[in-house]
Amino acid sequence: MPVTYFLILSALLFSIGVYGVLARQNAVLVLLSIELMLNAVNINLVAFSAFLQGGDNLGGQVFALFVIAVAAAEVGVGLAIVILIYRNRQTVDVDEMSYMKW
Amino acid sequence: MAETWQEVIFWILAIVMAFAAMRVVTVRNVVHAALYLVVTLMGAAAMYIMLFAEFVAWVQVLVYVGAIVVLALFGLMLTRAPIGSGDFDNNQRGLAAIVAAAIFGVTSWVMFRAFEGQSVNYARETGTTTKQVGEEIFSRYVLPFEVVSVLLLAALVGAVVIARRDLGGNPEEARFPDNDATGYSAADTAAMTSPEPGVG
Repeated sequence: MPVTYFLILSALLFSIGVYGVLARQNAVLVLLSIELMLNAVNINLVAFSAFLQGGDNLGGQVFALFVIAVAAAEVGVGLAIVILIYRNRQTVDVDEMSYMKW
Repeated sequence: MAETWQEVIFWILAIVMAFAAMRVVTVRNVVHAALYLVVTLMGAAAMYIMLFAEFVAWVQVLVYVGAIVVLALFGLMLTRAPIGSGDFDNNQRGLAAIVAAAIFGVTSWVMFRAFEGQSVNYARETGTTTKQVGEEIFSRYVLPFEVVSVLLLAALVGAVVIARRDLGGNPEEARFPDNDATGYSAADTAAMTSPEPGVG
């Protein structure tokens, strides 16, 4: 099966995630869109791992696992920040979080 | 013939995943967005199994679907996002669509030019086993593994420190004292009863 199938699916998911990050207003939905992008990267890594399989070359899968771990850390801290902002501002609208913007 | 079946399954999964991902970024109900994300993530897990990566697939199911989406649902619940009402998109939708389409065009063109005609080898009899992945992690990639564990610890401590409200001497405590045993502050209760979100 052509490896480009997986790569183009991954590019599609990544660009949908970019659209979500740019167009969504709710901060939690922005985090979900970031998860979409990280997931697209994971598909790329695993696809290349299978594509370059030379017997002992599992770097792609191992790095996909690392990306999953980093995504878990990111969403944990991100949601903590979102909840803190909600507690202080009573909003999670990213367009209203402009107090530190010049 | 096996190749044909794999292509059929790939296309089914790809269409479902793309549809669900589109719904994640366009649907009006925030809880539905999180549940559509589950569909996309499960499709990705199926893709990993198609790519001989069983262990990554099950870690995906456990960590993403089991933990991250549940965490996001808790985030939606705690921030009292207006479920099922209104517009969650800002006014940059057209520009965002152009940017996303440009990224998709450029990346898929580059990928297609670079890897056209090359195939994943399905002649192998078995996928990679968990044993192989574990040996790889704990031999060649043991330093990144330890760094990731430190990162997770730091994220755990950081999330607790950021989100807790009862730090001693914290000025937030004076602004939003807890008013009852439910854990909601007075400001939260006010936000629940007033229709307009305050500006703080």
